[in-house]
Amino acid sequence: MSDIAKQKDLEANKLASGEYRYGFHTDIEEDKPPRGLNEDTVRLISAKKKEPEWMLEWRLKAFRHWLKMHEPKWPNFEYGPIDYQDIFYYSAPKQKKPSPASLDEVDQELLKTFDRLGIPLGEQKRITGVAVDAVFDSVSVGTTHQSELAKYGVIFCSMSEAVIHHPDLVKKYLGTVVPYTDNFFASLNSAVFSDGSFCYIPKGVRCPLELSTYFRINAEDTGQFERTLVIAEDNSYVSYLEGCTAPMRDTNQLHAAVVELVALDHAEIKYSTVQNWYSGDKEGRGGIYNFVTKRGKCAGAHSRISWTQVEAGSAITWKYPSVILQGDNSVGKFYSVALTNNRMIADTGTKMIHIGKNTKSTIVSKGIASEHARNSYRGLVKILPTADGARNFSQCDSMLVGNNCSANTFPYIEVKNNTAVLEHEASTSKINAEQMFYLRSRGLDLEESVSLIINGFCKDVFKELPLEFSVEAVKLLEMKLEGSVG
Amino acid sequence: MLEIKDLHAGIEGKEILKGIDLKVNAGEVHAIMGPNGSGKSTLSKVIAGHPQYAVTQGRIDYEVNFKKINLVGMEPDLRAREGVFMAFQYPVEIPGIPSSVFLRAAFNAICRHQGAVEMDPIDFDKYLREKMKLLSMDENFIDRPVNVDFSGGEKKRNEILQMAVLNPRLAVLDETDSGLDIDSMKIVAEGVNKLRHPDNAIILITHYQRLLNYIQPDFVHIFYDGKIVKSEGKELALEVESRGYDWLIK
Repeated sequence: MSDIAKQKDLEANKLASGEYRYGFHTDIEEDKPPRGLNEDTVRLISAKKKEPEWMLEWRLKAFRHWLKMHEPKWPNFEYGPIDYQDIFYYSAPKQKKPSPASLDEVDQELLKTFDRLGIPLGEQKRITGVAVDAVFDSVSVGTTHQSELAKYGVIFCSMSEAVIHHPDLVKKYLGTVVPYTDNFFASLNSAVFSDGSFCYIPKGVRCPLELSTYFRINAEDTGQFERTLVIAEDNSYVSYLEGCTAPMRDTNQLHAAVVELVALDHAEIKYSTVQNWYSGDKEGRGGIYNFVTKRGKCAGAHSRISWTQVEAGSAITWKYPSVILQGDNSVGKFYSVALTNNRMIADTGTKMIHIGKNTKSTIVSKGIASEHARNSYRGLVKILPTADGARNFSQCDSMLVGNNCSANTFPYIEVKNNTAVLEHEASTSKINAEQMFYLRSRGLDLEESVSLIINGFCKDVFKELPLEFSVEAVKLLEMKLEGSVG
Repeated sequence: MLEIKDLHAGIEGKEILKGIDLKVNAGEVHAIMGPNGSGKSTLSKVIAGHPQYAVTQGRIDYEVNFKKINLVGMEPDLRAREGVFMAFQYPVEIPGIPSSVFLRAAFNAICRHQGAVEMDPIDFDKYLREKMKLLSMDENFIDRPVNVDFSGGEKKRNEILQMAVLNPRLAVLDETDSGLDIDSMKIVAEGVNKLRHPDNAIILITHYQRLLNYIQPDFVHIFYDGKIVKSEGKELALEVESRGYDWLIK
């Protein structure tokens, strides 16, 4: 990023003065069935989405399974009880035209909302080179560039549309990477999931655009249960990214998403996340509980999946984007920056499950904690007996800003094949006064100095993000850290 | 250019500088010598504005372009932008940030403050490479992260390079010669000499007379216990070299 651009960003940040810029609420009438969760809720969601019977059956199986499960209690934090009967499970903005045929027919209020979030959907203002699926509470309000993508055979639409228009693909892959029995929150999601994105890249196609989904939580006391499925057929390539924001509220809101990726022979999926859900106020009131299950399966030989995440929001982030390395010579990567400030908590990392021969995984995790925040890396590298010649490299670095925050690393390693080679490096450092003084004694101000140090610390992760998003990510971290150093 | 008056300063409540008076004019080179713990490095950090050092009394008047300011209480970055530079005794590592990026950010921060035009990366690259030649620095320096895995000599040379790039009016070199072999020291000294200018002033803090063979100072000051106990011309350094400090402090 050029320094001139950086300066502009810094100025923009100063204007925003560390406030959460996306904390506004859109005043729009909502179609919002009553709070609470039972089989009727599941049926109602399915009916709202006009789903076929098989989909409802799958949801109900998941729901009945979920009823028998207990909320997990093993993470390195505690949170107040979630009353699952006090949540709205579905909220859709009421539009003048109930199901708009094109983006031009979408309600102005909604378009304005996404404009304000920096995600223009209108034909003229769209971001070039990026197709966007915009999700508002429980529904997708529209997807850009669809016809352009269709020329290549690429399907990019909301999950709800996919269930209706591409049932064979959905049936074939949904739940194959994250089964509805997987864990408490994944089962809940399977029962009540609302919109997310569906991407299908046919054989031999290199997706010509970046695909992206922007998630916006708007309605109060509503859970968001996005479900995303990305399928890359043999020899295909796709880069997908997601962004998320929510209004500022005093109460916590649950976001329990499931993302499944399937990469077949020689296919490559790059999945990037810039997560900036509302994280609560200084005292830790409010914010999103970001309890997400993300997993990719390198099903084919020589397939590649990489997760790159910048986690800068949410009151609690609890997620482990993972890769099952089933195909021989497949490659899994995880690059993460998790930044926590105020009283935010992050317990994040990855799982790399090596099954195929000569599978490789790389883990680069950078945790930054400031003020009273807690930041944990938790990761599993598992080498199964079949995984001859498997290799893993892990690097987990933490940086503390101030004296009241904490960082932890929980690396788990299970090796059942003695030809495997694993390397693990970990470090914890503080932004120290000497570094700051050194930079400032050269004329750089406080913000510029912090931003240089953080940029340097996160460089290995930022360089994995698509360029525009890496600029966004840097801005986001700078804004979050403003005022916590000095 | 610089006038320090009755300067008292310390760290964590302990007084280290106990009344320093020092006047430095443009075009002059002043050497500061003295035994360990006499307050030499503290003076450099107080001039540069290290936040851990507190000034309890006195002033540091600094005058450039007919503008006189008291440096005491000013943020370190503002001092730097006004033309004050300190070469660190122990330069700090900044992992992940290429030296060229860091230097251009610093250079442009100073330009902005002084109302000069900022340099784009291409022009700056050319400018930086010229300055690197001055200090016989390796090409790959540009992409290496700031001071990371630099040898002791490279770190010190990098400090002088920064001085060359940022072009300060007042440079305080804190034991830039310590830890340098004779060849590196010659290169560093040559670099400093090329930067001597009638408009600039340099304060050299050193343990050894050796450096002063290569950089001829106009004045030599001896520090002892937070005070200047003697100030003379360059001969004083030679005298200290042969007689030690004892005769000065009794």
